[in-house]
Amino acid sequence: MIPAQFDYHAPRSLDEAIALLRQHEGAKVLAGGQSLIPAMRFRLAQPEVLIDINGIAQLDYIKERGGHLALGALTRETALEESPLIAERYALLLDTAKVVADPLVRQRATVGGNLAHADPANDHPATMLAYGAQVVARGPAGERVIEIDNFFTGLFESALGPQEILTEIRIPAPGPGSAGAYLKIERKVGDYAVTGVAVQLTLTGNICKSIRIGLTNVNPTPMRALEAEARLTGQALTDDALEAAGRLAASACSPSADLRGSEEYKRDLTRVVMKRAVRLAQSRVKGTN
Amino acid sequence: MSLHEISLTVNGAVVTKQVEARTLLVHFIRENLELTGTHIGCDTTSCGACTVLLNGKPTKSCTVFAVQANQATLETVESVAEGGKLHPIQQGFWEKHGLQCGFCTPGMIMTTKSLLQKNPRPTEAEIREGISGNICRCTGYNKIVEAVQYAADKLGEAR
Repeated sequence: MIPAQFDYHAPRSLDEAIALLRQHEGAKVLAGGQSLIPAMRFRLAQPEVLIDINGIAQLDYIKERGGHLALGALTRETALEESPLIAERYALLLDTAKVVADPLVRQRATVGGNLAHADPANDHPATMLAYGAQVVARGPAGERVIEIDNFFTGLFESALGPQEILTEIRIPAPGPGSAGAYLKIERKVGDYAVTGVAVQLTLTGNICKSIRIGLTNVNPTPMRALEAEARLTGQALTDDALEAAGRLAASACSPSADLRGSEEYKRDLTRVVMKRAVRLAQSRVKGTN
Repeated sequence: MSLHEISLTVNGAVVTKQVEARTLLVHFIRENLELTGTHIGCDTTSCGACTVLLNGKPTKSCTVFAVQANQATLETVESVAEGGKLHPIQQGFWEKHGLQCGFCTPGMIMTTKSLLQKNPRPTEAEIREGISGNICRCTGYNKIVEAVQYAADKLGEAR
């Protein structure tokens, strides 16, 4: 299958890329291309202009600074998988990177693209919601920081303006007693999730001081399980509390029936996987095992 | 529509060609370079039959534009055998019956090449994970895993 015709630009700097976005209304930014190019092959997307940012090396980095982990938008999934820093301190992010698509796709796929595509079936949206991350966007008017809770505005729609480029993701550095986990149920490697649950929590002794839970592919937009979070906050993580929270998450989401299962099945699986993800995150808090 | 002149190193030789922006790398390889060892299996970024090494990284060539390979180093399955002699990975697929219809084999071989460069002594689980982006509809994978193990052993002996 051959995509529709388009003009191609490969800027070498962010400023040049933003200038091109200003010049060409309706241009699309090409990062890893692992979602955009398949969509273009099917002609679900027919941008007239592509702005390939792969040549902008300043967008590719993983570093801790000022109380957060900063990921350049062009960071490849493989780079996350291979980073000692991520392995040491960001278990939720590592879990997620390992289950995005397949190992070949992860060579090119970027974390910035995974978010900017705003597909509720993608894995990083739930994870960044659980982390309470921030997204940095740059456009003609300069740079702004968007809270992840305000980033996903609709199906395949984000808070990014048409002339803005997502440049960085900021994940709060985990404090003492904190850990996370991502669990994804997939029919086979490379498929989207039947359901996926991202959890980041902080424990004080046996008590859950704070928790954020993100859900993958069970809602028209990436979502947090807010009622489940409220049910667990300030509580001991007993089986009863987890079951109640799992039920709240299952009723709050809105999955659609498809080849991966019925609505009821996906809700119930979300309940079960949420409980497992919380338990896994709990077991990873240092000093508890 | 934009036309671009690209220059890249293909299996050791520098090639310069004009391409349309929308030309996928796999079409460029098969139709412009006439290297038809690289296969198109699914056209949906699922099967990995089109896997090549782009700047040394295993890449689904149906999911990158040829223009993006400007100034890159490209290795296709045609580069694997040297001087008419099968590479140990190819010997492995031969000896262990790692193929039946053979359609997925070029992609499997390129993925294996990258896998063994990164991890010369992979466990069975690491092999299965490593080739999980390549689909085979014939073998059930067991024989492919054996082929990769055979190649790892052969390459280990040669070191």
